[in-house]
Amino acid sequence: MTEKNVVQTVHDTLWDAMKADDRVLVLGEDVGARGGVFRATAGFLEEFGEPRVIDTPLAESSIVGVAIGMALHGLLPVAEIQFADFIHPAFDQMVSEAARIRYRSDGDFGCPLVVRTPWGGGVHGALYHSQSIESFYGHVPGLKVVVPSTPYDVKGMLLAAIDDPDPVLFLEHKKTYRLIKGGVPDEPYTVPIGKADVKREGTDLTAIAYGLMLHHSLEAAQRLQDDEGISVEVVDVRTIAPLDKETILASVAKTGKAMVVYEDNRTYGAGAEISATIAEEIMFDLDAPVVRIGGPDVPAMGFAGPLEHAFMPDVDKISARMKELAYF
Amino acid sequence: MATRTKTAAGTRHEALGLTDPDLLQMYRTMVMARLCDEAQFRLNRQGKAPFVVPVSGHEGCQIGTAWPYRKGKDIFVPYYRDMGICLVAGMGPRDVFLAVFGKKDDPSSGGRQMPAHWSSSRLGIITGSSPIATQIPHAAGIAYAMKYRGEDAVVGCWFGDGATSEGDWHEGLNFSGIHRLPVVWYCENNKYAISVPLSKQMAVANVADRASAYGFEGVVVQGNDVLACYEASRHAIDKARSGGGPTLIELKTYRFHPHTSDDDDRTYRPREEVEEAKRNDSIILFGNHLKELGVLDDDGIERLRAEVKAEVDAEVDKSWDAEDPAAESGMLRVFAEPGQTMGLKGLGG
Repeated sequence: MTEKNVVQTVHDTLWDAMKADDRVLVLGEDVGARGGVFRATAGFLEEFGEPRVIDTPLAESSIVGVAIGMALHGLLPVAEIQFADFIHPAFDQMVSEAARIRYRSDGDFGCPLVVRTPWGGGVHGALYHSQSIESFYGHVPGLKVVVPSTPYDVKGMLLAAIDDPDPVLFLEHKKTYRLIKGGVPDEPYTVPIGKADVKREGTDLTAIAYGLMLHHSLEAAQRLQDDEGISVEVVDVRTIAPLDKETILASVAKTGKAMVVYEDNRTYGAGAEISATIAEEIMFDLDAPVVRIGGPDVPAMGFAGPLEHAFMPDVDKISARMKELAYF
Repeated sequence: MATRTKTAAGTRHEALGLTDPDLLQMYRTMVMARLCDEAQFRLNRQGKAPFVVPVSGHEGCQIGTAWPYRKGKDIFVPYYRDMGICLVAGMGPRDVFLAVFGKKDDPSSGGRQMPAHWSSSRLGIITGSSPIATQIPHAAGIAYAMKYRGEDAVVGCWFGDGATSEGDWHEGLNFSGIHRLPVVWYCENNKYAISVPLSKQMAVANVADRASAYGFEGVVVQGNDVLACYEASRHAIDKARSGGGPTLIELKTYRFHPHTSDDDDRTYRPREEVEEAKRNDSIILFGNHLKELGVLDDDGIERLRAEVKAEVDAEVDKSWDAEDPAAESGMLRVFAEPGQTMGLKGLGG
């Protein structure tokens, strides 16, 4: 067991996978000599060589498209899109191609592809280095969309993603890269894709979150415990698609109150689907209306501190709404 | 007329290493594509086939370029007009019509995709979609994997002239040039992307001219001269297989029918232009060539056509009677079966 931050865990896990299996290779912008702009592939070029550490042209659609071709011919490519904000040119390759290759060939072909990308705000990334993209892709059957938020889950889910026969969009919240640390077992293990996780047990209400908002929700829950004696259960979604309804519904049925916290624009965000699922399936277990906390419906968060802060839910906002919900 | 036959070294095809039976088989495959096309249009007009994509006019360039590939080793990445490519790769009329009727045993998709969205892992035909040029980066990635794995294999990737305007086309060719990948790019340039003429698609005379921007050779070939197509393709394949990198081959061709069964080309193509192209039909030209060589005579051509037509008609009937996919099967095969993995090494499982 070693204490690591999130980006170090990404680095070490990829390193181990490449050491163990020569079908695994990485490709993307600046992944080679630069070692990735967040250093996720630092030292890879020297260790594994150019054929396995591919500095691609600045062309996102073909980063994904070329990786699809590799996946169709026996390799296990891990493509990096430098920022989630820049994945949009590859939307067609993700949605029309990767997601449908198995379905459209009636199971004759598969596409074992991983696309890693840093997402989310809180780093003065402004309009084009802060976006949330999970709901665009969570809407597409055939894609798995994962959002691990702790070093332990990052390692287990990254190995599970590389080992998965289907395309996985692997979202890494960039604010957590160096902020969040935790113990990571040194030996290989997987954390299953499609399983949520109760990160904190509680009895008065359930907060459902992922990414940076998971950590804010955990902090808010602790504050309410300390200040008010309110017991908040926190569920880490971990996989946006396919969504683990069972774990979410079991928790909400137990506490009777649900709050969904996400930093994407509220409307049509992943929180909307989670809220709808709760309302549809266990409405009579609820003691209060479902609360949704999300970003406002403006195009994105601004660069200036006050603008960014106004966009992103924080511990104060979350704990205040938790308290309201607890006393509803 | 493209009927230069005798040379000092013998006949043109012998110089290319092709035998008389090879030529006969190539001609038969061209006729097969044409008669499948005629049958699928007939079925469309009868209301039995909701939508079909014609190949007529492209047979020469498709059969000629696909012929030199090594089946079971090389990979085909076709687009929707490439029935001829897929017949060379190993599909037959049954495969064509099971797809036309959307049947359960359609090898390309089990009735999920529109017809002409060719696919067969067994035959090395990569599944394709309808958005244009998305297969170009796939072909580059497959070629990269072949090189990475040290395989003695080549990817052939076919597309129309409209595809060359897409960003994916540029990105894929660029990547293949950077890494000198074993891939051959074929543009079946029939002068129109549905209705939009070349003059509104590009400001250069030839698609092949663009190859220089990617650091490899571009070649223009008359697409109705099947042996010229074969020759250019074989040369490019040999080059790719021996580490010489990609080639862009532009095949000047023409489609005789509208874009699809749902198109009407009368608003955008003068009838005289279509009729002129039909007079230069690769099947007529190649048939004449075979007659001059003495490989076939008029009776032989008629017999061959009759045989192929009988085979096509029989396969149409069998395909029509084949089983439909069960409605509930549409819920299946979104993902791999639960528990299936890629066997990633180091996981200890």
